[in-house]
Amino acid sequence: MPSLTPRLALGIVLFTLACGGSDRPSPGSGGDRAPRRGAGLTGAGATFPNPIYTKWFDAYAKETGVRINYQSIGSGGGIRQFTEGTVDFGATDGPMTDEQIAAVQGNVMHIPTVIGAVVLTYNLPSLGATKLRFDSAAIADIYLGRLTKWNDPRLARLNPRVKLPDRDIIVVHRSDGSGTTYVFVDYLSKVSTEWGKKVGKATSVNWPVGLGGKGNEGVTQQVKQTEGAIGYVELIYAISNQLPYATVKNAAGKDVDATLATATAAAAGIDLPPDTDFRVSITDAQGADAYPISSFTWLLIRKEDPDSARARSIRDFAVWMLQPAGQRMAADLHYAPLPVPIIELVQRRVGLAADAASP
Amino acid sequence: MTVTTETGLPGRAALAAFLQRANQGDRVFKGLLTLAAVAVPTLLAFLVFELWVGSRLAIGQFGFGFLTTSTWDPVAEEFGALPLIFGTLISSFLGLLIAVPLSLGVAIYLTEFAPKALRQPIAFLIGLLAAIPSVVYGLWGIFVLIPLLRTTAFPFLQDTLGFLPFFQGPIYGPSMLAAGIILAIMVMPYIMSVGREVLLAVPNTQREAALALGATRWEAVITAVLPYARSGIVGAVILGLGRALGETMAVTMLIGNRHEIAASLFAPGYTMAAAIANEFSEAVGDLHLSALAYVAFLLFLVTVIVNAGARLLIWRVARGSAAGSKAL
Repeated sequence: MPSLTPRLALGIVLFTLACGGSDRPSPGSGGDRAPRRGAGLTGAGATFPNPIYTKWFDAYAKETGVRINYQSIGSGGGIRQFTEGTVDFGATDGPMTDEQIAAVQGNVMHIPTVIGAVVLTYNLPSLGATKLRFDSAAIADIYLGRLTKWNDPRLARLNPRVKLPDRDIIVVHRSDGSGTTYVFVDYLSKVSTEWGKKVGKATSVNWPVGLGGKGNEGVTQQVKQTEGAIGYVELIYAISNQLPYATVKNAAGKDVDATLATATAAAAGIDLPPDTDFRVSITDAQGADAYPISSFTWLLIRKEDPDSARARSIRDFAVWMLQPAGQRMAADLHYAPLPVPIIELVQRRVGLAADAASP
Repeated sequence: MTVTTETGLPGRAALAAFLQRANQGDRVFKGLLTLAAVAVPTLLAFLVFELWVGSRLAIGQFGFGFLTTSTWDPVAEEFGALPLIFGTLISSFLGLLIAVPLSLGVAIYLTEFAPKALRQPIAFLIGLLAAIPSVVYGLWGIFVLIPLLRTTAFPFLQDTLGFLPFFQGPIYGPSMLAAGIILAIMVMPYIMSVGREVLLAVPNTQREAALALGATRWEAVITAVLPYARSGIVGAVILGLGRALGETMAVTMLIGNRHEIAASLFAPGYTMAAAIANEFSEAVGDLHLSALAYVAFLLFLVTVIVNAGARLLIWRVARGSAAGSKAL
C-alpha cells in the first residue's frame, strides 16, 4: 500500500500532463478549419461595452475564423495596456487626454463603436408611475449638495403636476472608477461652471456629497432601498432592471426621455469635421431630440502600425462591426447604434488609417 | 502487482540498497522543501519591492503628509489616505469587538458544555461559513443585512444609545457599523475553529483539578481552562484580525465608500483595501495609480505593525499564563 501511493501520484501527474499535452493541438486544429495567418487579436479596456464586444467578437470569429480576445479590465487599464503595447487594441469610455496621446507619440486613433446614455434613477414611491423632470441646473445643484430637499421650489417648478414629498435628497454615486461616472461628470462640467471648477471630470472624482455604491448594482440597491435617494446608472442597466428614471431638459430646452433613439440623436446632433479624431464629447448636445447625458465608447487602434497584418486585421473588424448587421446586434443588446453619417465617416477614416499603415 | 514483491521479506543487500534509495529520496525531498520555504519569503520581498517602486512617485509628491491629510481628488491629483487608514482600523476593530465574545462563547460551549452529539455538527456548520466567497457576503449584506439594520437595528440603537456620539446623525444603511458587522460574521468561523482546537488541547487534568477543589463548571472554565489556553486564543483573534484588515469585496459593498472621518458609526466610511479595489482598474493618471500603490504599501505596513504588536501580546500573555499555571 505505501508504495502504491507515490505510484498513484505519479500516475495522476502523467495523466495531467497527457491532458495538458492533448489540449495543445486543439487550437491549431480549430485554426486549420479556417486557415488564417496570425493567432488572432487581443484587446483590453472598458467594461461598459463588454457585452456587445463579446457578442461581436464571437459572431466575427464564427464568420471569419479570426479570434479576438477581449479583457474588460476597465478604461484606465485599457489605455495603459495600449500605451505599453501589450495589446493589439484598447477600448475606453473616456477619450485619451492630450498627455496620454503624447505618450504614444500621437499614434492612436479613436474609433467610436456604440453610444451609451446615463440616466438618473430615484426612489419616490409617492410618485407612482409619473416621471420626474430635471434640468441641468437642478442635477448639478443636487450633486453639489446645494439642492437638498425634494420639495425645493425649483424642482416643483420643473414638475408642476407632481406632488413632491418633504424629504431629504440622498445622493448616491459610483464608488468605483467608471466610464459611467466619466460621462455623468463630463455633462455636469459642461452645464455648471462651478462643477467644472470645484470637481472636474474623471473616471472617479472627489464628490461633494453622497454615498458611494460599487458598480451599477451597488448604486441601484442603495437607491431602491432608501426612500428619497437619487443615483445615476447606465441606460441599459435601468431598462433591464425596470428602474424609474427622469427626463432631462436638453440644450434645446426640450424634456427628453432617455431611449436608444434619443442617445443616437445626441450623436447625430454634432458636426464632425472630415479630419476629426473622434475624441468628441456628445454630452449636452444640440438637437431637439438629443438626450444630453450620452457618450460614445471607443476602440483605440494605432494610426501607423509596423505590423501591417495586424493593422489590416483590426481594420477588417472595424469595418465589419459598422455594417448594419453589426449595429443591429448592438441595438438588440440595448446599445444605441451610431448614426449613419458617423458610420460613413468612421469607415472612411479607418480606410485611411489602414492605407497609411500598409503602404 | 509489484506491491506484493516489494513488501516481501528483503535480503540484507536489498535492505542496504533500499536505504540508499531512501536516502536519495530524502535529499530530493529536503531540496524541494527548502525551495518551497525560500520561495515564499522571496515572493514577499519581491511584492514589497514592487509596491515601493510603484508608490515612489506618490511618496515623493506627498511624503508623510499622505498619512495625515484627508482629501482624495483624482482630478486635482491631490491624495491623502487618513480616512482610509482610519476606516480600515475602525471597521476591523468593530468586527473583532463583535466576533471575539461570540466566537469564544461558541468555542467554550462546544468544548465544555454542549452534548456530545451536537459538538461536531455545530463546529462543522460554523466552519462552512468560512467557505462562502466574500462577494456573496457582500450581496447578502446589501439585500438582507442593510435593510434590516436601517429599518430596525440602527433606529433602535439611536433611540437607546443616541446620547453617544457614535450613534448620532442620519441613517443611510451603508456605514462603518454595517461593515463591522459583516466583518464580524466573516471572521467568526476562524476565531471559533482555532479557539475550539486550542480549548480541546487543554489537558483534562486542568479541569479535573479545578472541579476537585470544589469549583463549579463555570469557575473551572474561568480559572483553569481559559488561562491555560490564553496564548492560543490570542493567536486565534489575530488570525481573525488579519482577515478583517485585508477584506475587500464585502466591505466595499457595505461601507458607503466616502473619504471622510466621522464620529458616528452610522456614517459611511472607506477602507484601504476597498479604495484600491474600487479605483485601480480605472485609474488613468500616473500619480493616481502611484497613490493607490502607496495605499497598498501602507496596508502592508499596517498589517505588519498590527501583527507584530499581536505577537508581542502573545509573548507577554504566554509568560503570564506560565506564571499563572505555576501559581495554581
